[in-house]
Amino acid sequence: MMSTAFDVSFAAVRPAKPTLSSPPEPSHGDAFVKLEKVALTYGRDEHRVHALDATDLSIEKGDFVALVGPSGCGKSTILKLVTGLLHATRGYVFVGGREVGAEPIRVGMAFQNPTLLPWLKLRENVMLPLKIVPPFRQDYRAKRKTEFRDRIEALLEQVGLKGFSDKYPWQLSGGMLQRASLCRALVHEPQLLMLDEPFGALDQFTREELWSIMQSLWMARRPTVLLVTHDLKEATYLANRICVMQARPGRIISESIVSFPRPRTIAMSYDPEFAALTQRLRELIFDTRPSTTEAQQ
Amino acid sequence: MNTQLRRRIASAALIIGFFVAWELLCRMFGIKDIVLPRPSEILITLWIRLPAIMPHAAQTLYATLVGFALGIVFGVLLGALVGSSRLAYDVAYPLLIGFSSIPKVAVVPIFVLWFGAGTVPAVLTAMILCIFPIVVNVATGLATTEPELEDVMRALKASKLDILVNVGLPRAMPYFFASLKVAVTQAFVGTVIAETVASNRGIGNLMMIASSSFDVPLVFAGLLVLAVLGVGLYVIFSFIEVRVTGWALRKDEFALG
Repeated sequence: MMSTAFDVSFAAVRPAKPTLSSPPEPSHGDAFVKLEKVALTYGRDEHRVHALDATDLSIEKGDFVALVGPSGCGKSTILKLVTGLLHATRGYVFVGGREVGAEPIRVGMAFQNPTLLPWLKLRENVMLPLKIVPPFRQDYRAKRKTEFRDRIEALLEQVGLKGFSDKYPWQLSGGMLQRASLCRALVHEPQLLMLDEPFGALDQFTREELWSIMQSLWMARRPTVLLVTHDLKEATYLANRICVMQARPGRIISESIVSFPRPRTIAMSYDPEFAALTQRLRELIFDTRPSTTEAQQ
Repeated sequence: MNTQLRRRIASAALIIGFFVAWELLCRMFGIKDIVLPRPSEILITLWIRLPAIMPHAAQTLYATLVGFALGIVFGVLLGALVGSSRLAYDVAYPLLIGFSSIPKVAVVPIFVLWFGAGTVPAVLTAMILCIFPIVVNVATGLATTEPELEDVMRALKASKLDILVNVGLPRAMPYFFASLKVAVTQAFVGTVIAETVASNRGIGNLMMIASSSFDVPLVFAGLLVLAVLGVGLYVIFSFIEVRVTGWALRKDEFALG
């Protein structure tokens, strides 16, 4: 029972106030993340690119949503809009009930590249959010050698990196760095977790192992997750809901609910129902590509 | 380890070989002291005149270090300012290039005019000579920070200062130290120029006086002192560099230490 072990290790360091790890109340109507007619254009005049065209999307608190679609369809753009790294040209982005940035929401983010800081040891890298994000920031000096340190060791152990916390990023393999990157995205107990193809550059075995780790981490703490991926099997394995996107202009064209029970296993991905779902998603994506005729055959 | 040792020996042999060849050529062709003194003579002069040379060497070292320290402070501040935004980088760069291309010897008389002859012009000349490489390198280091690294911080709602302290400056450290090694030797150049033009103390002044009285071995002894001081400071900063920026070299000794 991985999730239970995780819960216990965190119980000691958790603040007294209500936390995110407890399963959220089913909220009706008030979505945690809401995009209303959001459009985004880059560039000017003839170089203008419609990255995203009048998109609506709403995500309940504690939900796990995957965005799939062809490259250049604006998947990462949505992620950046919700994080506040980009600003919408038109429309509104709401996070936590208010316009993005207004409500202090803790956000964790993991990218396709591990983007660890090469001058910091693994432990210090994972600790970085605790140094920046309130309320941990205030206690950083006092707790970084005690409570925070234990917390990071526990988290690293959870993803299979026990004993590597004193290594520098360049001493580790790509898979290990990506695990550490996930830890960094989770260490400050984010309410919102943004995953931008975090498993894209990994080999098959590492990827599947990390899916399972990701699932148990999510089940234990229930952050709201938005996962961008081009791997349909990954989306089906991890997400509660899959949004398929179209490119040029980018927009969401279909949504599918994934109702397989959790915890899901890799064996389940060979289930005919599972295969049928990924196949349907694949067709949807192929149909939207304007220049592909072979997809119809 | 073995190859490293071999390289060190080869390097030492080259230095010794250089001076031996110099000595031998001077003896073979009977070159006079007044044209090119032999290394042995220079060393003897240095030894005999050491009590007289020491205060000058101390003065030069003092002016250089003060100028260098000021250069680091203002260089890093200016570099951080210029490198922190694309706009500042583009706007300030032409002016920086303009300043840096002014021959610094030409500035010394102005400093003398403002502050009088002595230590102050030497310190200032050392500073302006070493400030440029520092500014450019710190600015470049900051400006070339990977956007993904900044995105990590921005997603955490880090302030500009947080990003600068946690990502920008550490990222610029290898550039900064590379510039320090150039800057410290430049600072010596600055001090000696100023001392040569307008001072009554320092190695530069000593060499001026020695050459006007045709005491050529003493001129060369001054050069030797400058070379030793320069190499010494270079070594010190190289050592600090490895300790601080070993991550950029992917050195395992850094990981252990």
